[in-house]
Amino acid sequence: MNKYLKRPETGAFAAFLLTYIFFAMATPGTGFVSVNGTAGWLNLAAELGIVAVPVGLLMISGEFDLSIGSTVGAASMILALGTNQFGGPTWPMIAMALMAGGLIGLCNGLAVVKTKLPSFIVTLATNFIVIGATMGVSRLIANVTSSSIFASESAKMVFAFRWGQANISILWWLLVAFIGYRVLSRTAFGNWIYATGGNEDSARAAGVPVERVKVTLFVATGVAAALVGILQGIQWNSGNSTYGMGYVFQAPIVVVIGGVLLTGGYGSVAGIVFGTALFGVISSGIFYTGWNTDWIQLFLGLLLALAVLANNYVRRLALTSK
Amino acid sequence: MSPLMELRNVDKFFGSTKALKHVSMQVHPGKILCLLGDNGAGKSTLIKVLSGYHNPTNGAVMLEGDETKFAGPRDARQRGIATVHQNVGSIPLMSVGRNFFLGAEPIKGKWPFRSIDTKKANTIAVEQMRKFGLTRVENGDQLVGTMSGGERQVLAIGRAMYFGAKMLILDEPTSALGVKEASMVLKMMRVARQNGVGIVFITHNARHAMSVGDDFCVLIQGEVAASFKRDEKTREEVLNLMAGGEDMTALEEDLEQID
Ligand SMILES: Nc1ncnc2c1ncn2[C@@H]1O[C@H](COP(=O)(O)OP(=O)(O)OP(=O)(O)O)[C@@H](O)[C@H]1O
Ligand SMILES: [Mg+2]
Repeated sequence: MNKYLKRPETGAFAAFLLTYIFFAMATPGTGFVSVNGTAGWLNLAAELGIVAVPVGLLMISGEFDLSIGSTVGAASMILALGTNQFGGPTWPMIAMALMAGGLIGLCNGLAVVKTKLPSFIVTLATNFIVIGATMGVSRLIANVTSSSIFASESAKMVFAFRWGQANISILWWLLVAFIGYRVLSRTAFGNWIYATGGNEDSARAAGVPVERVKVTLFVATGVAAALVGILQGIQWNSGNSTYGMGYVFQAPIVVVIGGVLLTGGYGSVAGIVFGTALFGVISSGIFYTGWNTDWIQLFLGLLLALAVLANNYVRRLALTSK
Repeated sequence: MSPLMELRNVDKFFGSTKALKHVSMQVHPGKILCLLGDNGAGKSTLIKVLSGYHNPTNGAVMLEGDETKFAGPRDARQRGIATVHQNVGSIPLMSVGRNFFLGAEPIKGKWPFRSIDTKKANTIAVEQMRKFGLTRVENGDQLVGTMSGGERQVLAIGRAMYFGAKMLILDEPTSALGVKEASMVLKMMRVARQNGVGIVFITHNARHAMSVGDDFCVLIQGEVAASFKRDEKTREEVLNLMAGGEDMTALEEDLEQID
């Protein structure tokens, strides 16, 4: 029992289960627990989940990325302007959007590693720079800040397919989570992520390339954010510079609810996945109760506060007993 | 026997601060060299020169008879010089096995399913610590943060030995430990010595130094004030030297007056 209490994902799993049961009981006969209802909350969780996994790994390594929001928007606008204003082919434009995301991540990573400034502030700056640049350039080129996307059928299959109510983004989420889990828990690189966040000097002394670890994670985060921009753009047939702004804080929130320590060095992908699923259940569950959706914020705030306290407790527990 | 590592007339200046002046010393394989000295005497600076962190301002560093210039701590480590700092070295929220192999993880399987061989890492880590007399840690999955200070020292030293260190530099490994824990670390140093490792042992504790030391080197204000072999000086004399040449009994009288 004690063994499970100490795992970083236990709290998030319990919270997810309790919340799910709560909404299932509070909304009898509304279809919250139906296939469609389940697809509903999974859809809400999926795209956030795709960024939350790399953001979580980044936080375990001791860094933040608040620029994800603008990267999502920028990627969708690259796809929109590319396929619409320039009439370009879909797949190369998708590749370009992903590369742009990677490039933003690379800039973040190098800036953080070279200046040694807190990534919190560096990526907050990037967030404004990127959204400003996206809007400015879009206006210059097409005099718009949002624009239609003309995606090929094959791209629609891969990024916007639906089974009933379920979006293909759920599969993308699973894929990203699986890769994240493999990397963090099973590879040497994952060991380096924990070490970098746990004690950077010790990690460096042991020969861990901590700068490379961080830059790689920033790049992965940028690419994941661009992937979400592409998913949303193709689903909604349009790009918009402001897509993804909600993720700026939602992603770190679900990561912390998922049991990742704010100070870095501890956490798991399973926890991040449960934290994200919890977000999906609340956002969609509130809707089924018929209450005002404003309550979502309150719920999340309380959960975040609870999670931070619980994480500290779990950390202490992990360090006191065998 | 030729020395493992030797400093010849080494100076290290930081601007106008002369941290080390004309320091010459030798580290022999299978011997423990105790480096003694008061706060600010230059001990940390000296081990930074030995471990490749600093290059000397003047003078030569000889490694197994050849003059050497380390490119950095990593270079020194690859040539078999391992440094264990007092607090740094292990990561509390990671397991024993993962800490032990950090930066040199054993890998199994084929891409894309290559993964850390956690079982192997845990087994070797626990075995290696047992070899050095630490039997209390049986589970390689245990978090390092749950181990005592002495056990962490054993982990760090065992790790350095496993990865083929020829020379160990230990910066005050016993200073934060209780009597039992300190004796465990001292015992471990003896085991390492038997395996032919040369050890540089920095300490403020004359008793610890006298119990394991073969050679002694006392630094005062960056200079070698005395260097001698075991049994050449009494404990009193060593204590006096460590206090910077002042008489220890006089210092003790001072203390009494404060009370
Ligand atoms: N990087 C540096 N820049 C400038 N001065 C330094 C630097 N490192 C050490 N010094 C100075 O060199 C002198 C010797 O310092 P050192 O840290 O080697 O002493 P120490 O014997 O290790 O002391 P302690 O027992 O307190 O650890 C001190 O006067 C210190 O201020
Ligand atoms: Mg010192």
